[in-house]
Amino acid sequence: MSEHVTEIVVFTLLFAVVSGMGFVAARWRRPADLASLHEWGLGGRKFGSWITWFLVGGDLYTAYTFVAVPALLFGAGAMGFFAVPYTVIVYPMVFLFLIRLWSVSHVHGFVTPADFVRARFGSPTLALLVAITGIAATMPYIALQLVGIEAVLKAMGISGSGLLGDLPLIIAFAILAAYTYQSGLRAPALIAFVKDTLIYIVILVAILYIPARLGGWGSIFDAAEAKFAATPAPGDGIVLNENNQLQYITLAFGSAMALFLYPHSVTGVLAARSRDVIKRNMSALPAYSLLLGLIALLGFMAIAAGITPITTDGRADANTIVPRLFDAMFPDWFTGVAYAAIGIGALVPAAIMSIAAANLFTRNIYREYFRPDATDAQEASVSKLVSLLVKVGAVAVILLIDPQFSIDLQLIGGVIILQTLPAVALGLYTRWFHRHALIAGWAAGMAAGLLMLYNIANPATGQAHFGGSAFPLAKLGLDTRMTVYAGFLALLANLAVAALGTLLARAAKIDPGPDRTRPDDYTADEGDPRVHELDLKGGPAPTPSAGG
Amino acid sequence: MTTTGSGTPGAPPPPRRDRSPWNWLLLLPIIVPLVPVLFNGVDPRLGGFPRFYWLQLAFILLGVVSTTIVYRMTRRRPGDRKGSHE
Repeated sequence: MSEHVTEIVVFTLLFAVVSGMGFVAARWRRPADLASLHEWGLGGRKFGSWITWFLVGGDLYTAYTFVAVPALLFGAGAMGFFAVPYTVIVYPMVFLFLIRLWSVSHVHGFVTPADFVRARFGSPTLALLVAITGIAATMPYIALQLVGIEAVLKAMGISGSGLLGDLPLIIAFAILAAYTYQSGLRAPALIAFVKDTLIYIVILVAILYIPARLGGWGSIFDAAEAKFAATPAPGDGIVLNENNQLQYITLAFGSAMALFLYPHSVTGVLAARSRDVIKRNMSALPAYSLLLGLIALLGFMAIAAGITPITTDGRADANTIVPRLFDAMFPDWFTGVAYAAIGIGALVPAAIMSIAAANLFTRNIYREYFRPDATDAQEASVSKLVSLLVKVGAVAVILLIDPQFSIDLQLIGGVIILQTLPAVALGLYTRWFHRHALIAGWAAGMAAGLLMLYNIANPATGQAHFGGSAFPLAKLGLDTRMTVYAGFLALLANLAVAALGTLLARAAKIDPGPDRTRPDDYTADEGDPRVHELDLKGGPAPTPSAGG
Repeated sequence: MTTTGSGTPGAPPPPRRDRSPWNWLLLLPIIVPLVPVLFNGVDPRLGGFPRFYWLQLAFILLGVVSTTIVYRMTRRRPGDRKGSHE
C-alpha cells in the first residue's frame, strides 16, 4: 500500500472536490421548487447543448466501459472492438427515434419511456412491463459502476477482503447517494464536466505517451497479434474470423438499440431543452466514441507492456489491467489523476441510472397502482427515497454476491431491455401493433433471450450457463460454427410474435385501446404554443419557455 | 423562437413534419459499420494501425458528417413555417 500513497492522496482530493460539487449542484440553475420529478429527476428539462453533451456523454460512456472494453481487447482481441461500431450507429438511431420521444414527452409531461407507452397504447400492463424491464436492466448496470471503482481501489491496494476492505467502496457510494438525493439530475450534470475533462486529459496523454514508450502503434499491434497467435483459443486475434463476424455485427447493432432504450439514456435526452439541442449533440457525441476506440486500444498496450491482471482469491481480474497499465507507465501523481477519472466516471452514470430507475418506480408503479392522486412533491420524495434504495441494492449485490454475477446480470440486462423496442421505439413511429400482441411479444422475447443466455457456456471462466452473449447457431440445428448475439435473436422472436398477434387481434376485433397522443405531438418543439400550454396545465413545473 | 399563433390562442398549431429525404442519409452510418467485409483485414496499415482499427475509427467521422448534414438540412429556421402563415 505504501508505494501508492501519492496516488491515494490525489485520488482522494479529486474525489472530495467532486463530491462537494455534487452537493452544491442543488443550487445550480436553481428552480423555485425542486420538489417535482421535472426538476429533481430531469433537471428542469432545460439543459442546453453543452450540458447535454457532457451529461449524455458522461452517462453513456461509463467507468465500467473504460475498464471492461480494454479488458475485452486484452483477452479476446478484435471482438472487443465492437464498442466502436456500436457507438457509431447509435447516434443516427437516436436521431430517428429518441427525438420523437423528446417531443411527445415534452407535450405530455412524460418522465419515463413507460409513461409514453401507457399513453400511446392505453395499457397500464404494458407500461408496467416496460417499467419493470427498465428497472431490472438498470440495477446490475449500477452495480457494475462499482466494479469500475473497485478495479481502481484494488490497483491502489486499498480494497482487500472483509468488511474493512470494502469500506472505501461503501463510503464512495454513500457520498454519491447523499448528493443524488439532495440535488437530483443536476448533480451528475455538474460533475460530468469534471469527469469528462479528466477522462479526456488522461486518455490524450495515454495515447500519445504510452505508444511512444512501447515503440509505436505498429509494435503494439504486433505484440497483440503474437499473443493471440500463441493462445489455443480459436476466437481471438486482431481481426475477426468467419465464425464471429455475425456475432460482432449483431452485438454492435443490438447493443446500439439497447443503449437508447435504457432508462438512463432516455433521462439524459429528455432533460435537453429542445430538439435542436439533441440533434446537434448527435453530431458532437461521437467525440466520445473516438475516445472509447482509443481507450479500447489500451488493452493492446497492456499486452505490449507485459501487464498482468491482479489476482484475488486465485482468480485474475481482467478489469484491473487498465489501472495496472497506468500504474506502470505514468508518474504516481498522474496515475492518481487517472484513477480519479475512472472513479468519478462511475459516479455520473450511477447517479443518472438510479434516478432513472427511481422515476420508473414512482411514475409507473407507485402512482399507477398505489397513489393515483400523488402530488408532484410526493412523487419527488418517493423517487428520492427509491434512488437511495436502488444504490443500497447495488452495493449489496457487489459486496454480498460474486461480482461476476452482476456482470452476468448486466449481460442479461442488455438482452431484456431490447425486448421493449417494439413498444417504445417502434411505438414512436406506428400505432399498428396491438397492445396485447406487444405484451405477448415481450414475453416471447424475454423467454427466448433468457433461454439462450442460459445455454451459453464459457469454458474460459468455467461457466456452464450465462457465459456470454454469443449464441452458437449450431444449437438451433444449423450446421455452422457461427455465433450470433442472443439479444438480437430474442428481439426477432419478439417482433414475430408481436406482428402475428397484432394480425390475430385485429382479425378478432379486440379493442386496441385509446391513444392519447396525436401525430403532431411527435414533432413538437420548444417554443410551440401547445407545448407551453399543456405544460402549464398538466405538468407540475410551470416551465417558462427558455427559448423565448 | 417561432411563436406562431401566439396571437390566436387555441388555434391549432401549424402542421409540422419531421420527414425529410435527408433522413435517408442517416442509414449510411448505420449500415456501413455493419459490413465486416470492408474492415475485417490487416492491410493496408495506416500509421501502424491495421485496417480493422483505423477504418472503424474512420466510420466515426462518417457518422459525424452524416448527422451534421442531416441536422443542418432539417433545422427549423426562424420564419420557416411562419412564412406560409402570415
